[in-house]
Amino acid sequence: MAESSGLDTALKVPQTPRELEREPLVSNGRSLAWISDKVSEIVEGKTPIWWWIATGISGSVASLTFFMLTYLVSTGVGVWGLNNPVAWGWAIVNFVFWIGIGHAGTLISAILFLLKQRWRTSINRAAEAMTIFAVICAGIFPAFHVGRIWFAWWLAPLPNANSIWPQFKSPLLWDVFAVSTYFTVSLLFWYTGLIPDLATLRDRATSKMRKFWYGLFSLGWTGSNRHWSNYEKAYLLLAGLSTPLVLSVHSIVSFDFAVSQVPGWHTTIFPPYFVAGAVFSGFGMVLTLLVPLRTVCKLEDIITKRHIELMCKVILGMGSIVGYAYGMEVFIAWYGGNPYERFAFINRASGPYWWAYWIMISCNVICPHLFWFRSIRRNMIAVFIISIFVNIGMWFERFVIVVISLHRDFLPSSWDYYSPTYVDILTFVGTFGLFLFLFLLFMRFLPMVAISEVKGVTPQADPHHPLGGAKKGGHH
Amino acid sequence: MSESGSNEAYGLLAQFDTPAAVMVAAAKIREAGFRKWDVYTPFPVHGMDQAMGLKNSKVGWFCFFGGLLGYTTGMCMIYYMNGWDYRIEIGGKPLFSPFYAFPVSYELTILFGAFGSLIGMFSLNRLPRLHHPLLKNETFKQVTHDKFCIVIETSDPKYSENETRKLLKGSGSKHIELVEE
Repeated sequence: MAESSGLDTALKVPQTPRELEREPLVSNGRSLAWISDKVSEIVEGKTPIWWWIATGISGSVASLTFFMLTYLVSTGVGVWGLNNPVAWGWAIVNFVFWIGIGHAGTLISAILFLLKQRWRTSINRAAEAMTIFAVICAGIFPAFHVGRIWFAWWLAPLPNANSIWPQFKSPLLWDVFAVSTYFTVSLLFWYTGLIPDLATLRDRATSKMRKFWYGLFSLGWTGSNRHWSNYEKAYLLLAGLSTPLVLSVHSIVSFDFAVSQVPGWHTTIFPPYFVAGAVFSGFGMVLTLLVPLRTVCKLEDIITKRHIELMCKVILGMGSIVGYAYGMEVFIAWYGGNPYERFAFINRASGPYWWAYWIMISCNVICPHLFWFRSIRRNMIAVFIISIFVNIGMWFERFVIVVISLHRDFLPSSWDYYSPTYVDILTFVGTFGLFLFLFLLFMRFLPMVAISEVKGVTPQADPHHPLGGAKKGGHH
Repeated sequence: MSESGSNEAYGLLAQFDTPAAVMVAAAKIREAGFRKWDVYTPFPVHGMDQAMGLKNSKVGWFCFFGGLLGYTTGMCMIYYMNGWDYRIEIGGKPLFSPFYAFPVSYELTILFGAFGSLIGMFSLNRLPRLHHPLLKNETFKQVTHDKFCIVIETSDPKYSENETRKLLKGSGSKHIELVEE
C-alpha cells in the first residue's frame, strides 16, 4: 500500500482497558464473506421441514380470519359481540394492539439510526418486516369495523356520486391518513434497505429464477460509491422522516380516544403514553420472534446476546414509562376532582373487569422489572417468556382502555357487560396466523438480516482500523 | 467512445481486499485527475466521499420540496373539501382552521417527503437500470460480497490502457482486468 496519501496517519489512541471493552456487534470475529454467506444461506439453502410445517400451520390459522370476515360481511356486524354502550370492542382493541407492535420496527430502523446505535443493524430488517406485517393485520380491523366494508373507500378523499367529501375535523379520519402513510413509508424504507442485499443475492444466484427476480428487484444496484453517497443521504432522510411519523401515528391513534369526552379516554397524557406503550409492546414482539429465530437460523453471531440484552433494556425503560403513565392517570383522576373520571378508574380496578386491569398491571408494570437482572436478560428462555407476557399485557391495556371505559357510560340504564363472540376471537387468532405466515415467507425469500449494514459495523469495514487494512492506529 | 482505442472495453477494473487499501487508491486516482471513475464497495465506506472528492448529495432538496408539496397539498385539499366545496358545520366551529387540518397535512408532508427522497436518490443514481456492463463481469460479482473495486472508464479523457493499468497497479491492486462493454 502507498505511504503518500496521508490517510493512514490515524490518531494514536491508548488501548482501552479490558473491562471497559464492549462486546463486539458480530461475535467470533466473523469475516465480511461469512456474513453474506450466513444470511444468504437461509434464503438459498434447502427449505427446512420445520418451515413447511410452520408455514402450513400459520397459513391455516390465517384462513380463520378470512372465513370469519366472510361470515361477518355476509351476515352483518351482529355476529360480533358489540352492544349498545360498547360499540368499539375487540376490533378496535386488536387494531391498536397490532399498530403498536409495528412501532418497534420503526423505532429500531429510524430512531436508533439517528441516535447512531450501531447494534440496530443486526435486527432492523426483521423488525421492519414485522412492522409492515403488523400494520397489515391492524388495517383489517377498522376496515371491517366500518360495517359496510364496500363503502370504506368513502374514507379516502375521492369524489363520489353523492358529491360529499370526508370530514377532516374527525380524528378517525386523521387516523386513516396516519396509518396509510405509516404503512407506505415503512414499506419504502424497508425496500430501500433491501436493495443492496438483493444485489448480493443476485450476484450469488445460480438458478435462472433467482437471477431474474433478485436482478429485477435490486434495480441494477452496483455498489458504486457515487450511488452510496446519495443512498446514504436518502436513508438518513427517510430515518429523519420516519421518526416524527412513528411518534405521530400512535399519537393520532390516541386522539381517537383522547379527543372524545368519555371518562378514562379524555386525558392529555394519552399521546406520549400510547407511543411508549407501542414501543414497549413492539419490542416484546421483536424478542418473541428473534429469540427463537436466532437459534433456528444459527444467527447467534449476528444477533448476539448483547443485542437481546439491549432490547430487554429498552423494554425495561419503556415499561417504566408505561407504569408511570398508569400511575399518573390514577393520580389525575383523584387530583382532578371529576367524579366521573374518578369512578372510571375505581371501576377499572374493582369493577366487573377487574381481572383485565390486574392482568395488565402485572404483565406491563411488574413483569419488565425482572430485566433489571443481567442473568435474566441473558437467559433466552426467560426473555422469551417475559416477551410473551409483555404482548399479553399490552393487549389487555387496550382492552382496559376500550371496553372498561365504554361499558359504563353516562346513562346508567344503558350499562352493559361486553363479551366477545367466537367470531371476534377467531378473527383475532387468525391475524396471528397471517402475521406469522407473512413473516415466514419473508425469512425464506428475503435476507432476514441487513447484510450490507452489518458488514458496515464490523471492524474490517473501518478503513482506520487495523482489520480494515489501516497500517497504524487503533479504535477511533 | 474514447479516442484511445479499445472500443469494446467499458473500463479497467482493479480489485482490492480491504477498505483502507481501496481508499488510499481512490485518493490517488482523484489526484491523477480522472473524471469518469468510481469505487465499488459492499457497504458505504466511511470517508470514501472525501477520498473521491465527492460533493454533498443533493437528495435533501428533493426531500424538502416533496415535503413542502405534501404540506401544501394537505392544507389546500382540506380547505377545498371542507371549507369550500362541501361545507359541514359542526358545533359552530369554523369551516376551515389550520389546526384541524394540521394532522393530515403533517402526514402528507412526511409521505411526499419520503417519496421525494427516493425519487431524488433514484434519479441522481440513474436507477433503476436493467443492464450494466459491470454486472456481466465475474470478478465484479465479488463487490457485493467482500471485495472492493475501482473502475476507470475508457471514456475518461485521461484514460490510456497502459498508463492507467500502471497507475492502478502502483496504487496497490493485485488484480486488474479489462471490462467488456
